Amino acid sequence: MRELSLHLLDIAENSIAAQAITVEIAIREDNRKDRLYLSVCDDGKGMDYEMAAQVIDPFVTTRTTRKVGLGIPLLKAASEACNGFLEIHSTPGIGTRLEVEFQNSHIDRMPLGDIASTILHLVIANPQIHFIFRHQVDENEFFFDDEPIKRELADIPLSDPLVISYLRDEIEAGIETFQPAMA
Amino acid sequence: MPVIKTLDDLKKIREEALEKRKVKTASGQIEVIVGMGTCGIAAGARDTMKAILETIQNDNLSGIIVKQTGCVGLCEKEPIVQIVIGEQPKITYGKVTGDIARQILKEHVVDGKVVQTHLITL
Repeated sequence: MRELSLHLLDIAENSIAAQAITVEIAIREDNRKDRLYLSVCDDGKGMDYEMAAQVIDPFVTTRTTRKVGLGIPLLKAASEACNGFLEIHSTPGIGTRLEVEFQNSHIDRMPLGDIASTILHLVIANPQIHFIFRHQVDENEFFFDDEPIKRELADIPLSDPLVISYLRDEIEAGIETFQPAMA
Repeated sequence: MPVIKTLDDLKKIREEALEKRKVKTASGQIEVIVGMGTCGIAAGARDTMKAILETIQNDNLSGIIVKQTGCVGLCEKEPIVQIVIGEQPKITYGKVTGDIARQILKEHVVDGKVVQTHLITL
């Protein structure tokens, strides 16, 4: 995976698999500290300490149920190559918070890539989940919450052509406001 | 600077969509399911999903539910797309690039003709 936005899509899939009701995805770029923070926070079934340690390490898995994949170790390695780290905080029955940090200017830091597509696809293809997306670049913020939109649409599917067009415009416009800062 | 739309726009969208639904005779619900596990994403499932949503939007295909699923255990055949039309059995396609996804939507979902070249028989 060559884009952080693809990793976010991948991590969010873990939250979906953990039967989350709400998934919050946050991206924060702090140019003064030269850090990039990404987090995915859910209220899914959570993991105990052992399992949380396992999903981070690709070599410890016993793989009887194949619950453990490569997505998280790959992202962890990518962050560590950029003076960063990856942490998982999880409580069974409460949820999971995955945080990952990078040195923003590091030469090996993957580009964020197509964040708009990642968010659009998650929102449309998982109508049962409440998505919150927060993207901050220094003091500017784009905040997106799909709850009011779903309430307004009621029984109209999110994959209706008009709704796709609406969501696409809304998310792309929100992210575009950052483009100069991210160049 | 693009204009951020408001919730009022959504009201209009809802009315339009409801109107369209009245006209359309339902051949049962159509579901398009894209595999979005790590394997799917690494194989390019986001491009596949992108092509599907763009085709729905550009060709104005209403009545399709798009869903994502995790790894279905056929990682080597990713990106995988599954189509369920009404009561018919689920059809699974493998190695679905953006172009193939567009072909599947046009030939299978719209015209009802299964795309044999990328069919996976389970």
